[in-house]
Amino acid sequence: MTYIKPTFRHPALPKNKISFAKADYEGAISTLCAGCGHDSISGSIVQACYEMSIEPHKLAKISGIGCSSKTPTYFLSNSHGFNSVHGRMPSVTTGANMANRDLIYLGVSGDGDTASIGMGQFVHAIRRNLNMVYIVMNNGCYGLTKGQDSATADFGSVSKPGSVNQFQAIDLVGMALELNATFVARSFSGDKTQLIPLIKAAMSHPGFAFIDVISPCVTFNNNKGSTKSYDFVRDHIEATSVLDFVPQKDEITVSYEEGNSATVPLHDGSLIELRKLSPEWNPTDRYSAFVRLQKAKMKGEILTGLLYIDPESTELHDLMGTTDVPLNTLREAELCPGNATLESINQNFR
Amino acid sequence: MSAIVNDMVIRFANVNGTGSASANSMFSKAIFRMGLPVSPKNIFPSNIQGLPTWYEVRINENGYLGRRAGIDVMVGINPQSFAKDMASVKPGGYFVYDSTKPLYEDMMREDIHFIGIPMMKISMDFFEVPRLQQLFKNIIYVGALAALLDIEMEVIKQIIEEQFEKKPKLVPPNFKALDAGYNYAKEHYDCPLNVRLERRDNVGDHILMEGNEATALGAIYGGATVAGWYPITPSTSVVKAFETHCKKLRIDPKTGKKNYAIVQAEDELAAMGMVIGATWNGARAFTSTSGPGVSLMSEFIGLAYFAEIPVVLVNVQRGGPSTGMPTRTQQPDILSSAYASHGDTKHILLFPSTPTECFEMMADCFDLADRFQTPVILMSDLDLGMNDHMTKPLKWDDNRTYDLGKVYDAEDLEKLEEYGRYLDIDNDGICYRTIPGTHPTKGSFFTRGTSRDEYARYSESGAVYVRVVNRILKKWETAKKYVPKPQMYQEEYKSKKGIIFFGTTTYAALEAMEMFEKEGIKLDAMRITAFPFNETVEDFIEQHEEIFVIEQNRDAQLRSLIINELDIIPAKLIKAVNYDGMPITAQTIMDLIMEKLSVAINN
Ligand SMILES: Cc1ncc(C[n+]2csc(CCOP(=O)(O)OP(=O)(O)O)c2C)c(N)n1
Ligand code: SF4
Ligand SMILES: [Mg+2]
Repeated sequence: MTYIKPTFRHPALPKNKISFAKADYEGAISTLCAGCGHDSISGSIVQACYEMSIEPHKLAKISGIGCSSKTPTYFLSNSHGFNSVHGRMPSVTTGANMANRDLIYLGVSGDGDTASIGMGQFVHAIRRNLNMVYIVMNNGCYGLTKGQDSATADFGSVSKPGSVNQFQAIDLVGMALELNATFVARSFSGDKTQLIPLIKAAMSHPGFAFIDVISPCVTFNNNKGSTKSYDFVRDHIEATSVLDFVPQKDEITVSYEEGNSATVPLHDGSLIELRKLSPEWNPTDRYSAFVRLQKAKMKGEILTGLLYIDPESTELHDLMGTTDVPLNTLREAELCPGNATLESINQNFR
Repeated sequence: MSAIVNDMVIRFANVNGTGSASANSMFSKAIFRMGLPVSPKNIFPSNIQGLPTWYEVRINENGYLGRRAGIDVMVGINPQSFAKDMASVKPGGYFVYDSTKPLYEDMMREDIHFIGIPMMKISMDFFEVPRLQQLFKNIIYVGALAALLDIEMEVIKQIIEEQFEKKPKLVPPNFKALDAGYNYAKEHYDCPLNVRLERRDNVGDHILMEGNEATALGAIYGGATVAGWYPITPSTSVVKAFETHCKKLRIDPKTGKKNYAIVQAEDELAAMGMVIGATWNGARAFTSTSGPGVSLMSEFIGLAYFAEIPVVLVNVQRGGPSTGMPTRTQQPDILSSAYASHGDTKHILLFPSTPTECFEMMADCFDLADRFQTPVILMSDLDLGMNDHMTKPLKWDDNRTYDLGKVYDAEDLEKLEEYGRYLDIDNDGICYRTIPGTHPTKGSFFTRGTSRDEYARYSESGAVYVRVVNRILKKWETAKKYVPKPQMYQEEYKSKKGIIFFGTTTYAALEAMEMFEKEGIKLDAMRITAFPFNETVEDFIEQHEEIFVIEQNRDAQLRSLIINELDIIPAKLIKAVNYDGMPITAQTIMDLIMEKLSVAINN
């Protein structure tokens, strides 16, 4: 079922720069389990889009299949959405993006959707540096099919019925780094102060922006012994930095103490302001991200925050040399060469 | 014996990867330019270098373009296949071979003529580099054939000049090789042979083109901007040709940037996903594949059908099942394309039979897909796609505009009280879609493969589901009026017996019709050009008592489709099938039908 929220808005509600209230970015009432991490991520997406003053119709939300992939119904109801098939969100997003390079593409997937059935499409979207935000709502299990282990379940993690996972986990963040993704981050559904600026930065990044969000499944994978439970994550979380996103033309209001601070300018003129929590890590140095990630792994920490960003990223359209206007706006005049041209083509085949 | 003029089958037996293809197509083009209808067929291995490959050309001044069995002239260049090649020549025919090394005596046949041309020796006398010796050997045999068959040398020379327009240095050595072959044959044999050629004026303004090239041009003229694809024989050359022509025809004159995007996908699933994403987002997009790719795309095709997203898919069919005969032709995907995907689905199919139709129907596919918001599949095949065909010149009506179907723009939405994506406002089963990015607060909806109501809201109600799938079926009825009509080959019915065929069977079927006529057997004929079948198809079947369905697959899949869709008594439709991977011949059709007719008569 989809529950429709009342559309009445109190006139006194605060508005953003383009006169939309936060409620204009919300979606239908969620039908996920109460306490599901995915709902918190939806909330962060709503907040990020509201604060960024994104025109809702300039964003398309696309997902695969799973509890996570249902969430686009629960945010941004004024945006077109597409709940595609299991594991295939990246290809649908690729096609959509080819048709219109001017929209923001927000892809939502699950760990099953991405790390198993959709692994092929995930890695190829990275390879092409497709201009999109790719969020994995990572709960270490298949929520919608009732809790089977997923490929991101950690070795030794205990499932609800008590079995111990014998297989190595696929670390999507490490993989994205290895594949030269141009924006790589990890976060936790319960940490909105970190997640919201990460989503904003990802939306401003021209190219593939990947955020792996640990998002506990309260129904099937929140038990003792699970490494994706709320308690476990809270106890083991570490961050590369504390960060703030400064949209273009806004004043910088935060100031971090010197020595540990860094500023990353983004293509569209906005900035990422960081207070680094580890001295050896540098957000634009892929190697340092690898080192920091490995260190965290060895210590049993869950490393979150921005891991790597390439400020020089060139997205797929620019790699291919596509025209600047959206292809879906071209009509007969630009597309159809006409009969005279056809006559001369015929002549080559006589 | 009187000379046989302008009626022959010549086959070239080559080694693949030795540059013979361009010499062979030069041969066909020269004959075509002598005003003679030609019909070349590539019979090639699934391999890049070193295996036997054949090129067979039927030349017939009456314009029969189907394949014909029986080889009049064999050009045997490949020692690996000598024995087999020699055995396949018709009694009284010719075996032209490279006599640089002598043939084994015990291989020789008494009943055919042997014409030795020391091709490699001549080549080595003229050229030093081994690779060039190999390449020019091909031109040498073209020269020898010009003398033996009486092909006009000026015509060949002009083709060479055109071919090397940008590398004129290559023209003289090619001429040298051509003349050397020609002169050797003239000096050593009684030229021309008994089978020979004479100029005619029988090709009109026709062109000689591969179906895949025409399909690609259809995509360009039809307004496709996005292509997602994954390589597979025999469909690869569709996207290759699309790209080649786009580089000339689709560059923005001001910026030099591309008015198209081609993405080589990681597999066919992704290729189809890209098409769906692009058309959902308002661009015209297509993909091209063959049977194995269609199998992989099935889940997505069902999504497009149910969520009502336009899709254009080119299926260049090859021999199945599985990897089957990847370099041989068949029509084996009729059912798997018509009903691709799980659940109750059916898809619009168009069946071109010539490159000209590939062009026209491909452009039509985009209009149909947009109009009906559903997958449309162009059912080509290897024979049509990868062989040159003599075909009518391509034409485009400059007044034609794209039918983008029912799409609300911002203005429409502004006027609307409430938007429902799946409301059947016009009562034809087709609803109004909106493209992302159209309006800030109106017209957004959620596209999904799950059951949903008229407002695109998820629903588990049985009644809602039934309403929606029945409405989708209503579109199917509407589509019958839009798809191309079947082609009839008689003014009015003249027999109670009929034949049905489609696609590349057409050439052979038309030739067979003339053969039947000579035997005094009357048959009415209908060529199916599209699925769904419209009333004309129903009428033809109703008006005839016994109908032969001629197909190039084992199980007579079109026959099954007709029986299933039109509720025909199966016994009325008799299958006449050929599925050995070679293009069907008129004689085969004749034999298949005669055998069944005599059974019917004896009973
Ligand atoms: C082709 C196909 N196979 C299997 C399924 C069944 N299925 C639905 S959701 C799902 C797993 C979802 O897991 P995940 O992506 O982690 O999402 P979550 O529910 O955990 O958020 C599976 C296997 C399907 N829908 N399609
Ligand atoms: S099953 Fe798990 S993932 Fe699915 S909605 Fe419930 S808590 Fe969330
Ligand atoms: Mg999951």
